[in-house]
Amino acid sequence: MSEAVSGTTAAIEVRAVEKRFGNVGIIRDLNLSVARGERHAIIGPNGAGKSTTFNLISGHIAPTSGEVKLNGDLISGLRPFEINRRGLSRSFQVTNVFARMTVWENVRCAVLWATGHRYAFWKNVDSLPEVRERTAQILDDIHLTHRRDVPAGLLTYAEQRELEIGITIASGATVVMLDEPTAGMSHAETDRAVSLIRRLTEGKTLVIVEHDMSVVFGLADRISVLVYGHIIASGTPEEIRRDPKVKEAYLGEEAH
Amino acid sequence: MTTAMTSTSKAVADPAGGSLRFYGVWALGIIVLIVLPMLFSSGGSLTSFSLIGIAIVFALSYNILLGQTGLLSFGHAVHYGLGGFAACHMMNAVVSHGWPIPLPFIPLFGGLGGLVFAVIIGWVMTKRAGTVFAMISLGIGELVASSSLILRSVFGGEAGITTDRTALPKLLGWSFGPQLQVYYLIAFWLVLSAIAMYALTRTPLGRICNAVRDNPERVQFIGYDPHVVRYIAFCFAGFFAGVAGGLAAINFEIANSAYLGAIQSGLVLFSTFIGGTAYFFGPILGAILVTYLQLGLTSLTTVWQLYFGIIFIGIVMYSPGGIAGLLMMHRPLIRAGTLWTVIPSYLVAIVPTVALACGVILTIETVARFSGGDPINLFGVAFNATSPVTWLTAAVLVAGGFYVARLTWRRIADAWDRAATVARDRGYLA
Ligand SMILES: Nc1ncnc2c1ncn2[C@@H]1O[C@H](COP(=O)(O)OP(=O)(O)OP(=O)(O)O)[C@@H](O)[C@H]1O
Ligand SMILES: [Mg+2]
Repeated sequence: MSEAVSGTTAAIEVRAVEKRFGNVGIIRDLNLSVARGERHAIIGPNGAGKSTTFNLISGHIAPTSGEVKLNGDLISGLRPFEINRRGLSRSFQVTNVFARMTVWENVRCAVLWATGHRYAFWKNVDSLPEVRERTAQILDDIHLTHRRDVPAGLLTYAEQRELEIGITIASGATVVMLDEPTAGMSHAETDRAVSLIRRLTEGKTLVIVEHDMSVVFGLADRISVLVYGHIIASGTPEEIRRDPKVKEAYLGEEAH
Repeated sequence: MTTAMTSTSKAVADPAGGSLRFYGVWALGIIVLIVLPMLFSSGGSLTSFSLIGIAIVFALSYNILLGQTGLLSFGHAVHYGLGGFAACHMMNAVVSHGWPIPLPFIPLFGGLGGLVFAVIIGWVMTKRAGTVFAMISLGIGELVASSSLILRSVFGGEAGITTDRTALPKLLGWSFGPQLQVYYLIAFWLVLSAIAMYALTRTPLGRICNAVRDNPERVQFIGYDPHVVRYIAFCFAGFFAGVAGGLAAINFEIANSAYLGAIQSGLVLFSTFIGGTAYFFGPILGAILVTYLQLGLTSLTTVWQLYFGIIFIGIVMYSPGGIAGLLMMHRPLIRAGTLWTVIPSYLVAIVPTVALACGVILTIETVARFSGGDPINLFGVAFNATSPVTWLTAAVLVAGGFYVARLTWRRIADAWDRAATVARDRGYLA
């Protein structure tokens, strides 16, 4: 992390990013700034490029042009694990866990790098107290302690989504990006997941993609609206609610 | 067990009892290795046990790649072979320079031979997993095997490199001339390697290897470079394959190009897969079975490879978890106390299944021996390959055996469903 931690450096700064797949420009002149400690929601219609934006920031794909900064340091062009080691962690819209490993192992693997054990082949993984405590804490947080020995592939859908969040926050990253964490959940499950997210990202920077407007307006400090790969508005929930462009392009009749 | 998936919530055994059982299993294995030559002391048995010991080390090393890290290699024998050559050269050097290195240390140099090659070639090879890795491993395997015939000074051409294990300095009065002493040397290295490889699965690296196997993409988002993980795993696998090759060099007192070839690479893949890659002990079972089959079948029939093929296809199709997978399937049933409900259906199925197997064997042997006219001896019953009686017997056994066996297999499936449902209700199966 940069030493020049001034109060004004944004956690995430996306500048003039373009992404083309072949001839198709999916992301066009994307500019996004997320302040530290902010809860920032990205909303937009299906296929707008929200997940692609996540992929660009987290290093999953490289931008065609433009730059991405994390805490003031240029990260575009770095590989995902390098970006992750700098304190950015993301989840996936489609559950992306270690299917044959148990819930416990899934979370523990996500703890190992951050606790400094890296590629160690001379330590017994079961006798690392800080790893064990942190793993147990995360499992407790995501309410999966009673399922700790079940292979992740056998969990229910909602449980897998919770595990997805658990893996994402396990490293203790200061910038957390969640891609539709509540997609496909029932009302009750969504409520539970949202309070979970609220609690686990306390004091962290959160970027969240979410379709459920009540979740978005309840959780976010700021909202950016992405349409056809371009951010058409960015502001507080109140500003977004009133923005005529947003009403027209996205919220339409269903505006609150 | 590495990837042993405890599929139950009640499986969290009390740690004390768990660790007692754990050390008990290892102690039992060591005791078996010690007393085995006392129970079966014939030269033939000692030779078999020695070969099995080597095969186990080799198969366990292969499973670091296949089972732990998800890398399918078609050229693992390269490290085995280079380990064998390194060991032979080292033994000859020790003898000619008069170095004070006794024989039991030689497998270490075999391991280094396998490791050095892995370190050099591994970085490029492990850049990608999946088909790319498999194809490169095949290419490297062929490359090294053919070079071994060309680079005569290192590999000794067709004849290979010979050595004399008894010429090395004695250790505690052991000359390692008798096969019994060689067996104990192999058993010692088997225990050492197995413990080391098991311990490896319990380290941060070992767990991340599993994660890379399951989902190399996600691993990158928890801070790990899957390329580095694969590379380190590859180096470990190369080292232990080299140890196995070094043991083989000691056992046979020779290393030649056959050590490095595709057949050897295929055999270790075969053993590991048949044994089961998802459990640490799987490759051990596979290596024992395959080595026994190889030793037994080659003297009984000329088409032994055909049987290997049939067994392999059968396992791939009906039990992708291998023998270990089949055995471990029963654990939840044992815990739930419903195992006894499926046993009768197994017993009923034995007779028609064995009849079917006999029919298949008889058919294969009839075809194989038809022109030669060699007699067939099937479990003590003599058949004539050219006689219609034999053909009819084979046909009846295959058709009748298959028809009845299928009915009994269905009964097994039904009994299983019921037992598993009960186990699930009792919370022993997820
Ligand atoms: N690797 C790729 N190659 C080609 N096109 C892609 C690729 N990835 C995404 N796209 C396209 O980019 C567009 C944006 O996709 P993206 O997944 O980012 O949308 P989204 O906003 O996350 O949508 P949703 O709400 O459905 O999740 C889509 O039209 C998609 O087909
Ligand atoms: Mg998306």
